[in-house]
Amino acid sequence: MPVKVHLDQVGVAFTTANSTFRAVAPLDLSIETGRFVSLVGPSGCGKSTLFNVIAGLLQPTEGRILIDGEDATGAIGRVGYMLQKDLLLPWRTVLDNVILGMEIQGKPLREARERALPLLQRYGLAGFEHLYPNSLSGGMRQRAALLRTLLFDTDVILLDEPFGALDAQTKAQMQEWLMQLWSDFHKTVVFVTHDVEEAIYLSDVIHVMGTRPGRILESITIPLQRPRARSVSLTPEFITIKERCLALLTVPAMQEAA
Amino acid sequence: MALQETQRASDVVATAPAPNRPMRRLPVQKDWPTWAILTAQVGILVGIVGLWELAARTGFIDAFFWSQPSAIAETTRKFFTEGDAWTDISFTFRSTILGFLIGTTLGSLLGLSFWWSRNYAAIIQPYVICFESIPKLALAPLIILMFGLGLTSKVAIATALTVVVSTLTTYAGVKALDPDGEKLFYSLGASRWQVFRKLVVPFCLPWIISVLRVNIGLALTGAIVGEFIASQHGLGRAILYAGQTYDIALVWVAVFVLSTLAVIMYAIVSWLEGVLRKGTRQ
Repeated sequence: MPVKVHLDQVGVAFTTANSTFRAVAPLDLSIETGRFVSLVGPSGCGKSTLFNVIAGLLQPTEGRILIDGEDATGAIGRVGYMLQKDLLLPWRTVLDNVILGMEIQGKPLREARERALPLLQRYGLAGFEHLYPNSLSGGMRQRAALLRTLLFDTDVILLDEPFGALDAQTKAQMQEWLMQLWSDFHKTVVFVTHDVEEAIYLSDVIHVMGTRPGRILESITIPLQRPRARSVSLTPEFITIKERCLALLTVPAMQEAA
Repeated sequence: MALQETQRASDVVATAPAPNRPMRRLPVQKDWPTWAILTAQVGILVGIVGLWELAARTGFIDAFFWSQPSAIAETTRKFFTEGDAWTDISFTFRSTILGFLIGTTLGSLLGLSFWWSRNYAAIIQPYVICFESIPKLALAPLIILMFGLGLTSKVAIATALTVVVSTLTTYAGVKALDPDGEKLFYSLGASRWQVFRKLVVPFCLPWIISVLRVNIGLALTGAIVGEFIASQHGLGRAILYAGQTYDIALVWVAVFVLSTLAVIMYAIVSWLEGVLRKGTRQ
């Protein structure tokens, strides 16, 4: 598969008046077209920093971002980015929130709405189109935020812990829903999560990250067949991968204690 | 062991004597019907007016300084039929509304403009705070000298009073903006102008609206103080003139007319608030 996003020795350091903090060590990362890739790591491992760099919201201290082989360092609007919070605008209806990306890109409102409406109906927001976000549940709000990201029409979407704040049951539903969207839209997805099980269940590849400085400890390819049933988490392969991930994630903490 | 301890604990709870407390019920307020409320309200008004008239007639209060309702009623009739009441009312009304509109608009724009540049905001902010701490009414005589005796000086005082409140409140809105919201817009490839129009302005609208009520009162105060100092028209001038000539009944008439004017303007602002709030849904 061709490489969609390539990070070429990308590193980030924050300089304050009297110190320099290394957030991300220079690292290489290649994400293939159409893959579902997860970044898993403890807080402070630079996952969100990397996302900001890929989205062009933060200039890396060193290195380049290549999208389709083209230098996209510091370019905004090249990838869809869903932040942890849903950030729906309370003064806009769900429909008008979802078309925000198209609107900013200068698409006529009527056209944008016509395009969004059937998708809202197909992907679980039927009947909510003309409501305001404050009358939506947490899961519904995340759906709207994700559809907003998808309708921005970029090949790559970055999802920063989109289901972190949801209860277990809603989270499972949303994962199924995301899998359906992913297979319908053929996007390249980069997904950040704390939840190892979620990462394994959803991904083709997991990059396990470590802290101080943020770096990739190991990249694990998930060989599980798709579509995956929920019960896949009970299979020996799944458990082996999970154990491996957990071992990687707990080692640094033990070193610190020593 | 553990089991025994729990049992013992529950025994203690069960056998502890109930403290001897007086029986007390939840206080309940019964709502009176509307007619009863209205009757009470009208009753109070009639009572005050009646007592006033009575006190003046019996000589309990000096009618020369206090005036009395019957004289005020007569003066009201004269005020509207013989004097140039409508000129005064329209003068005060115009300077208040103009000062309110100019001050609120200018202040809101100034507050919003602080979003554009942190450096610019840092430079300008001390001036705004300085201007806020000056008692603007102390500047009023100066403003009259600068802008003359006419409408302009009254509008200027009303503007000076309203502009700072609007600026600071709108700026508070700008500061409350979630940086992640801006991040979202930029990640969608937005320009600064788009972020301003589609995020900053609608986000700050509730702050801007919240000042309207305060500002209409301030604008009215500014207009009247301006008329107190030097003016040829207006209800403020009418009050001052009547006071100087000991026409106390006329002072009261002007005050009542002014209050009515204030109520009307509050009603207009409430309506404006409703219209603007429709677009915010906070």
